[in-house]
Amino acid sequence: MSATPVLALRGISKRFGAVQALTDVELEIHAGEVVALVGDNGAGKSTLVKVIAGVGPADDGVIEWEGRPVQVARPHDAQHLGVATVYQDLALCDNLDVVGNLFLGREIRRFGVLDEVEMERRSRELLNTLSIRIPSVRIPIASLSGGQRQTVAIARSLLGEPKVVILDEPTAALGVEQTAQVLDLVERLRERGLGVILISHNMADVKAVADRVGVLRLGRNNGFFDVRSTSQEEIIAAITGATDNAVTRRRARSPEASK
Amino acid sequence: MSAKMTKEPSGQGRHAVDAPPAAANAVHPVDPRLLVRQQGFKGYLTESLRKLRSGELGSLPVVLGLAIIWAIFQIKDSAFLSAENLSNLSINIVGTGLIAVGIVFVLLLGEIDLSVGSVSGLSAAIFAVLNVNQGMPEWQAVLVAIGSGALIGVVQGFFFAKVGVPAFVVTLAGLLAWNGLMLQVLGSSGTINIDDSGFVAKLTSYYFTDVGAAYGLAAAAVLLYFLTAFSDNRRRARAAIPSRPTSEIVLRTVGLAVPTFLAAYVLNQYKGLPLALLIFLAVIVLLEFVLRRTPYGRKIFALGGSVEAASRSGINVARVRISVFAISGGMAAIGGLFIASQIAAANQSAGGGNLLMNAIAAAVIGGTSLFGGRGSTWSALLGSLVIGSISSGMALLGVAAAVNFMITGAVLLAAAVIDSISRRTQKVSGRA
Repeated sequence: MSATPVLALRGISKRFGAVQALTDVELEIHAGEVVALVGDNGAGKSTLVKVIAGVGPADDGVIEWEGRPVQVARPHDAQHLGVATVYQDLALCDNLDVVGNLFLGREIRRFGVLDEVEMERRSRELLNTLSIRIPSVRIPIASLSGGQRQTVAIARSLLGEPKVVILDEPTAALGVEQTAQVLDLVERLRERGLGVILISHNMADVKAVADRVGVLRLGRNNGFFDVRSTSQEEIIAAITGATDNAVTRRRARSPEASK
Repeated sequence: MSAKMTKEPSGQGRHAVDAPPAAANAVHPVDPRLLVRQQGFKGYLTESLRKLRSGELGSLPVVLGLAIIWAIFQIKDSAFLSAENLSNLSINIVGTGLIAVGIVFVLLLGEIDLSVGSVSGLSAAIFAVLNVNQGMPEWQAVLVAIGSGALIGVVQGFFFAKVGVPAFVVTLAGLLAWNGLMLQVLGSSGTINIDDSGFVAKLTSYYFTDVGAAYGLAAAAVLLYFLTAFSDNRRRARAAIPSRPTSEIVLRTVGLAVPTFLAAYVLNQYKGLPLALLIFLAVIVLLEFVLRRTPYGRKIFALGGSVEAASRSGINVARVRISVFAISGGMAAIGGLFIASQIAAANQSAGGGNLLMNAIAAAVIGGTSLFGGRGSTWSALLGSLVIGSISSGMALLGVAAAVNFMITGAVLLAAAVIDSISRRTQKVSGRA
């Protein structure tokens, strides 16, 4: 792991009217590291993602890119730095084929005309290196399953050669097999030396692929954990923020449930 | 010429044939449940059949419908398929057809433009007043008329894209307003006859009488199609991505050659290749190229698929929307000039009647989806052929306009039903 994080957030604060959505949030992503960002509903995960992606800039605090402080005021700024965001609703065009979606907004041209051959060649290459299995790169997105769409959306974010990829709930609403495919893909991103921010509600997914877990609670950091040396219950306790809560009470009732 | 349509409703599906090549880059085991196309000619057939079953009907319904309509009228009156009638038909459809080409663009966005009829009438009025009354040179008056149509499209597009008024309402307001402006422009005279020997009058009365013109155009079209398909295929083969078997390209080329040469033969039996038809075909080919092969066309399809996805990938949604309405307005203006050319006059009833409905119906009957994101400029040709054939046949048989309207209405409903059902079938088989 490199000494300087690719992306670091220092003291990020964000306010919406009367609500202090984020207060002094710190986060570091290193190259080749998967950081899971967890927290209960309303903990500020989405707000933090929007800060990084430039959709909703922070009121206070510094974003550092490879050690240098940078301004991320617009989505374009984030993309320019090398931050790619895959939102939960994917935003793919159902009527376009896989190639059309992968290259949407950055079509390859040849004499000013779409170069379908080159785009198809690169699409196949990209999908092959990521071991993404889809029936054809020339069928409309509508024909693909939810997991396949998710992998296409992630593959699309990689075309801009990003250094950090933010995945917003990539496995929500996916089946067992499809979830495994997406998690495989996340591991392959790590092998490629990308920093990955994984937002998830699913502790099993977090335990499976993340290196570190950052917990947000009520807009504040509530601890960073090393996944290998932390139990699921400790993370959940940090998410809910108290020792006296439904989860710990339940554990007290059934001691064999705790490991 | 109808065979120029490919079997798929969208160009994206054109290469929806994607077996892993024998090359070594198919390292991962393919899921056995995936449909993999067999190589060679047999694969082409099975793939086409599978597409039909899953609701990708493309232009098949309209071609079948056209064949049935032609057969019925030919049985009722043997003059229907005569060279003279077909030649006249090919000119009569051009005005409505050009307007329908603009409608195709708007439908691809999933929107509608109700003002095209009024805009076409206004364009004819502007041309006639400038050229005949004010003495402006003809080519300038033509440019001003077409420019006004495009400008109207920009104004309507602005209210839709920037202000957020539904396109349906904006263009409905336009339908009234531009019709009023046309009456204002025409003034008290009501009808202005245009110069019989001028360029605009020639648009629908000039024929390339040399037999070589029609055959030459047919040969050029077939050759161009074959060469682009062949060279595209060779590039694909070189890039080691799936390519079509040569037998498929030859078959498609023959499928294009038969109707084009037949059409050329029939046109030569009468007066030759009509200028109007040549222009219509040129516009269709040019704009189809823009839709399928340019980044701009890709943006239009993307907006028809998902506005959210399009805007997130950096597409300037408002600009594309405004430009599409400008194209629609411009095409309506051009169509208006052709209609004025046929009656050699601009009058108060221009752009009224069932022109708007026929133009929209032509686009939909031809196979452009009302739901956005699927369509082709060729549907303007096929659809206006269907509508033109019905009214031409009815006129031959001496049937009242009332019956004509009812039948055209039924055909439009049938086309919309086919569109909706094929969309549902595609959803069920996971292709929509």
